Amino acid sequence: MIESPQNQVKEPVVQMRGIVKRFPGVLANDHVDFSLADGEIHALLGENGAGKSTLMNILCGLYRQDAGTILVDGRLADFYSPKDAIKFGIGMVHQHFMLVPSQTVTENILLGLDKPRFRLNLRHYDQEIAQFSERFGLKVDPSAKIWQLSVGEQQRVEILKMLYRGARVLIMDEPTAVLAPTEIEELLQTMRMMVSEGRSIIFISHKLQEVMDISDRVTVLQRGKVTAAGLPVAGASRQDLARLMVGRDVIFHVEKAKVQPGEMMLEVQDIWAENDKGLKALRGASLNLRAGEIVGLAGVAGNGQSELAEVITGLRKSTRGKVILHGVEITNQPVSTGIRAGVSHIPEDRTHVGTAPNLSITDNVIMKSYNREPLSHGWVLNMFAADRFAKGLKDQYEIVVPSTSTPVRLLSGGNLQRVILAREISSQPAIMIAVQPTRGLDVGAIEGVQKLLLAQREAGAAILLISEELEELLALSDRIYVIYGGEIMGETADQDIDRLGMMMTGTRMEDLAKPEEVNHG
Amino acid sequence: MAEPGVKSPLQKIRLPFSVRFELRATEPPKWLSPLLSFGAVVLALLLGAIVIALVGGDPWRSYAHIANASFGSLGVFSDTIVKAIPLIFVGLACSIAFRMKLWNIGAEGQFFLGAWGASAVVLIPLISEDTSRWITIPMMIIAGMACGALWGLIPGLLKAKFKVNEIISTLMLNYIAVAWNNFFIFAIWTEGGFQMSKMFSKNAWLPRLTDFSKEVPALRGLTTHFGLILALIAAVVVWFILYRSRWGYEIRLIGDNPKAANYAGISITRNTVLVMMLSGALAGLAGMSEITGVVHRLQGAISPGYGFTGIIVAWLAKLNPFVVVFVSVLFGALILAGREIQPSGIPKMIQGIILVCLIATDFFLRYRVRIMRRGEE
Ligand SMILES: Nc1ncnc2c1ncn2[C@@H]1O[C@H](COP(=O)(O)OP(=O)(O)OP(=O)(O)O)[C@@H](O)[C@H]1O
Ligand SMILES: [Mg+2]
Repeated sequence: MIESPQNQVKEPVVQMRGIVKRFPGVLANDHVDFSLADGEIHALLGENGAGKSTLMNILCGLYRQDAGTILVDGRLADFYSPKDAIKFGIGMVHQHFMLVPSQTVTENILLGLDKPRFRLNLRHYDQEIAQFSERFGLKVDPSAKIWQLSVGEQQRVEILKMLYRGARVLIMDEPTAVLAPTEIEELLQTMRMMVSEGRSIIFISHKLQEVMDISDRVTVLQRGKVTAAGLPVAGASRQDLARLMVGRDVIFHVEKAKVQPGEMMLEVQDIWAENDKGLKALRGASLNLRAGEIVGLAGVAGNGQSELAEVITGLRKSTRGKVILHGVEITNQPVSTGIRAGVSHIPEDRTHVGTAPNLSITDNVIMKSYNREPLSHGWVLNMFAADRFAKGLKDQYEIVVPSTSTPVRLLSGGNLQRVILAREISSQPAIMIAVQPTRGLDVGAIEGVQKLLLAQREAGAAILLISEELEELLALSDRIYVIYGGEIMGETADQDIDRLGMMMTGTRMEDLAKPEEVNHG
Repeated sequence: MAEPGVKSPLQKIRLPFSVRFELRATEPPKWLSPLLSFGAVVLALLLGAIVIALVGGDPWRSYAHIANASFGSLGVFSDTIVKAIPLIFVGLACSIAFRMKLWNIGAEGQFFLGAWGASAVVLIPLISEDTSRWITIPMMIIAGMACGALWGLIPGLLKAKFKVNEIISTLMLNYIAVAWNNFFIFAIWTEGGFQMSKMFSKNAWLPRLTDFSKEVPALRGLTTHFGLILALIAAVVVWFILYRSRWGYEIRLIGDNPKAANYAGISITRNTVLVMMLSGALAGLAGMSEITGVVHRLQGAISPGYGFTGIIVAWLAKLNPFVVVFVSVLFGALILAGREIQPSGIPKMIQGIILVCLIATDFFLRYRVRIMRRGEE
């Protein structure tokens, strides 16, 4: 947290000099210099598409630089694959995980190693992995299958995989973007432990508070160029970092206009539903949503909020209860019914649910409106109109990409999120179910998206904002429901973080110390 | 603890260099894929040449013979086109199904059912023998497509309703289709005990180029028939459906990410059924055009495995409808050459080698090869 003087005299573990990487139509890294001191946590900051992931993919051997050199411990290191990099002790935990869902934790960790030469004695390795995870405080069941794990646990597997291969330099690409606040705290703890054992960490994040909490120094990229190299964090403020990244002042506090809530748009009554594993995820949740309001749904991940969003949008069947949309019951109706009624949905999983990776940006932004004028006429698709629509969104939402015919799998994480936001917000929805809408966005873009959400609210949309970030919930919401174990613990309109925290861990509102009537329109 | 990765067997032998295959992280350049396809064909021809040489033949003469037998004159080129026509239809049938990741390998059966349906119009008969060509042919087209579509509908429904794997069901239906056809040519429509129906009346023949030799003498003997026009129209229609229609958009979206399609409110079950029907109808059209354009009667040996060759054609064309036409002509040439030259197995063998090389080249799209000198590691 505080930089120790002896770190600075030591020779850097990693030095990247004059790194250039060009993709068709983009210069992702433009003569980037980067140096990582021994035993430090070095944050890498930059806007969406600035080239952070690219630079780190080069360092971990996944991409090959067009020009520039990498020195590890002062020795020239020439990487052609991640296997080369790991030999130098460099390993990366990627923004989008690379695990095999049908295999166990142990199998995933051993995958690609020469280790078990013939028959895999899984029992033996399970034990070894268990001890290993104990040592680093990365708790996970070695014999569990990947698909059974939460996102946070999968991330631990990725970290273990690298540690098991002997990584001394760990690159973590937006590890906290997918975690719940408590999990983030645990992760930061693990990171501190790892540096105290002599490892070094490169940490990419858009959350400036945690960057300031944990890192010793920061390097900032802007459009592929370094704008600040190895700046000590001590003494810098969140504002300073934001300015370095975006090149202008960022307003962290959005202004919220007064809007009188209008008619009832969505009523969820006593909904029960099961999750993918067949366990009860929702146990009689009820809430309502009026036109012109943003209603927050707070809760620790895995307490039923994703399932609730899916039931409302028709992606998941409920076993009991009702969903009423603007006076019409739509319980267990197909997804298209909701879409036609003006429900838009920013899904939690942007790569597996929200987009089609090999299709173009154009094909991805018309996903919800391809069957309407002007994008189609009768059964014919108007590709010119679709392209014009996509180009408009690309400019308006500042999606950084050479052309609208680029497949979206080539987009940076934040830009992919922008494609989804552009599609869902531009449809002028009557009701919007937004799950973690600002996940993975840079500070400038978060500000923009929050403004857009508020503009939708003023235009009379009803927005259900599902998020784990209390700060964002408090800044945007008119009132907040708290969900725990598939039940709504209560609803508050005041900004009392402590009370929210209590409810998020399972205390019912009526059992809180100072009960208080909540009035809502 | 840092273990080196998996090495190629070459490394075990002490060579001054080693070869490693690495997963490509970045996009392969755009030109690589067509270049590799071309390379695969060339490689296949070379391998074929080696085999021919090994069995004591002269590869260059064999190839010259094949080229001559398929492209040497207007007459044989016309025959090549005749062989290409059914391949275009089944290639398109496979392309549209594969685009949605529906592995329809039942084009062969749908081909037979299409042929049967078209024949039924004149053999039952549904219309009298002297009905005008302008009514007979469209009716046969409709009947052929409908029967092919039915043979696609069955596995489509099984998959949509009961999640029955379509690879198995379409494969099984191929056998049933052949048996069904055989039953009719042996038992019902048999022509004096022979295993074939009677010859269709001229009104049920697709017009051929040679039919116009009175007006244009140069066309004498050319057997290319009207099915070519139908096939080209079908290619344009399939392209239009895939890239310019709402339905095609749904097909492409489901093919790329079914979860996203579901999230966008697109019915996967409905499209499974519809696409299987369209695929079956196209393959059925192949059978219809073969019956009415070439054979002019229903009999047993109407397909040298067109339905299966269509799978290779679709794959080689990367599911692009226009490339399907081009590839079909090449394969038409190979099939024709198989009839013409001795030993006749050679063109078949080359087909097989092309497919294997093609699958092998996909490897290079996903992996890159690096050759390292010893000690460089
Ligand atoms: N494999 C690729 N092919 C083509 N372009 C790519 C590829 N990978 C990245 N890019 C482009 O390079 C630029 C930098 O991308 P990168 O993923 O490094 O951004 P980033 O800084 O990690 O952004 P984010 O914060 O959104 O994750 C982007 O414009 C992106 O579209
Ligand atoms: Mg990134």
